[in-house]
Amino acid sequence: MKIGHPKDFWSGVLFAAIGLAFALIAKGVKIGDTVLLAGYAMGTPARMGPAFFPFWLGIIMLVLGVIIAIGGIRTEGGEEARFPKYHWRPILFVLGSVVMFGIILKAVGMLIAGFLLVCVASMGNPEKFQGRDVVFLGLGLVIFCAMVFVWGLRLPIPLCPDIEAVQSAVKFCRL
Amino acid sequence: MELLNNLALGFSVALTMQNIMYCFIGVMLGTMIGVLPGIGPIATISMLLPATFVLPPVSALIMLAGIYYGASYGGSTTAILVNLPGEVSSVVTCIDGHQMAKQGMAGKALGVAALGSFFAGCVATVLIAAFAPPLAELALKFGPADYFSLMVLGLIAAVVLAHGSLIKAIAMIVLGLLIGLIGTDVNSGVARYSFGLPELIDGIGIGTIAMGTFGFSEIIRNLEKGESREVFAKSIEGLLPNWKDIKQCAMPVLRGTSLGAALGILPGGGPTLGSFSAYTLEKKVSDHPERFGKGAIEGVAAPESANNAASQTSFIPLLTLGIPSNPVMALMIGAMIIHGIQPGPQIMTAKPDLFWGMIASMWVGNLLLVILNLPLIGMWVKLLTLQYRFLYPAILLFCCIGVYSISNATMDVYMAALFGFIGYTFLKLDCEPAPLLLGFVLGPMMEENLRRALLLSRGDPTVFFTRPISLTLLVISLVLVVIVVSPAIARKREEAFQE
Repeated sequence: MKIGHPKDFWSGVLFAAIGLAFALIAKGVKIGDTVLLAGYAMGTPARMGPAFFPFWLGIIMLVLGVIIAIGGIRTEGGEEARFPKYHWRPILFVLGSVVMFGIILKAVGMLIAGFLLVCVASMGNPEKFQGRDVVFLGLGLVIFCAMVFVWGLRLPIPLCPDIEAVQSAVKFCRL
Repeated sequence: MELLNNLALGFSVALTMQNIMYCFIGVMLGTMIGVLPGIGPIATISMLLPATFVLPPVSALIMLAGIYYGASYGGSTTAILVNLPGEVSSVVTCIDGHQMAKQGMAGKALGVAALGSFFAGCVATVLIAAFAPPLAELALKFGPADYFSLMVLGLIAAVVLAHGSLIKAIAMIVLGLLIGLIGTDVNSGVARYSFGLPELIDGIGIGTIAMGTFGFSEIIRNLEKGESREVFAKSIEGLLPNWKDIKQCAMPVLRGTSLGAALGILPGGGPTLGSFSAYTLEKKVSDHPERFGKGAIEGVAAPESANNAASQTSFIPLLTLGIPSNPVMALMIGAMIIHGIQPGPQIMTAKPDLFWGMIASMWVGNLLLVILNLPLIGMWVKLLTLQYRFLYPAILLFCCIGVYSISNATMDVYMAALFGFIGYTFLKLDCEPAPLLLGFVLGPMMEENLRRALLLSRGDPTVFFTRPISLTLLVISLVLVVIVVSPAIARKREEAFQE
């Protein structure tokens, strides 16, 4: 079988799978007597349980996904319709820097985590990476963020590493 | 005159020192991100949501609204000088605006854009003040079934007018609705789809989703494309149009304003559709259509007025019905909820100071834009030379700080990264993320109204077809879908978006 419009086909499959997952989790899955997923109470239309609305939405999405996928098989899309190429370099560095920021933020504080975020994220740019620029950019940005967000807007973000000695030695950490 | 009393109340709120200041911050930030390609009002507003926690709700909403219409203002500067739209709504301004800049008339183009926008902003403010109260009153008569149908219509209309595949957009809405249901069900107390994670019990924040799908995935997309831009026009002179220009532009500005204001009210309309239609209309009514594309001043005046009028009138459905017409309005709803304001028709009567204050602030904001931006254009041009490799790490850091501060949870940061990947995948598959955000906001409200409607009708689903308001709304939704799906119109629609 040849798929004429892979983009449509795969987005349809994706929608159908997500819809099915939502519907199944709402309804619960039982094979024989073993309960795989407990599910939520369905209720009646007059007294909708927590499963009612998500279950039917999931079913609608499943149907929509199947229609999109079938359309994707039958239509001829040409060059534009090819399955897209993922550019892993920006994906990994951009999202990786964000996840890293989340992991280390509470331990090392925003000043260090933010600086590292800028450094890692900058590596995602395939064109030109200049170490010196990035260091200056990172320093400037964390100082700016500390002033605007922490001291100015008083957002409760830890600035310094979570070490008692540092916290008491450096005055602005506790602001 | 009730209208005058209401506007007076609004101005008494909007003209306090504090609110003028937040309005100023909003429009300046808005202009800045409007000028900068690669960052839009959605990412900016979601970044700033946590920062508004400390503000009173009125000031917070005034500032966030300022970012929105400021952005449609700033977008034109980039369009004219660099031939790159700062925002989607100024795509058509590139066509004639940049030609004017090439012919040495950059100043005039910028001036006309600014003054046209200001005029449109004034008209739109009056329109909101005049039309919002009756609409809100009408909406107060709506029962749960009517409300449910209204939301169906709102969501359908929002995707009908957007471009791209209709069925994919509807699937994105449903996905948004489903994601909106994650968290504790208010009626039964059951934590749905939380997978035992305590952070998911309260549901996912709209800021988290917006920053992931619009902030992060856009950055990745921009990085893979690479960038190249060149700033045109080093010095800009002659901003103020002369008498001849004013005469030439008066009618286009008027037409653009009316068209933009009308399209802005429609769900899914908003500034982009407004500016596109205004440009097409000008070309149709012009005696010399061949001048368009070669630096016709009307081709700048009309779409710029239209996008500003539309970005303001799109507040009408938000303020009167509690229905978002585009993703930015969805974020505004999120902001209201964060500040403990339930969006809907009751806002006007329950919180008149907020309602009228916001409307009056739009006029103040427009005035600030025109006064400040004409002299500041030089500064904005400088900003344009900022390279993306410096810009995106900054956006990323601001986003991370914003996401984290919403509830001081690192989990939100991971969630945003996950949504960044999901958003990128959908972008790659030609599924626009905007409908997802609309669905996300409306998910819980839709469920609640469906539940109430069916409870009142004792489980009889025909209630949606027997109540006249509900039936009308559903019929309109159906007609819209049929119109778009029918092949003849689908082709026309394709052509219109090609233009």
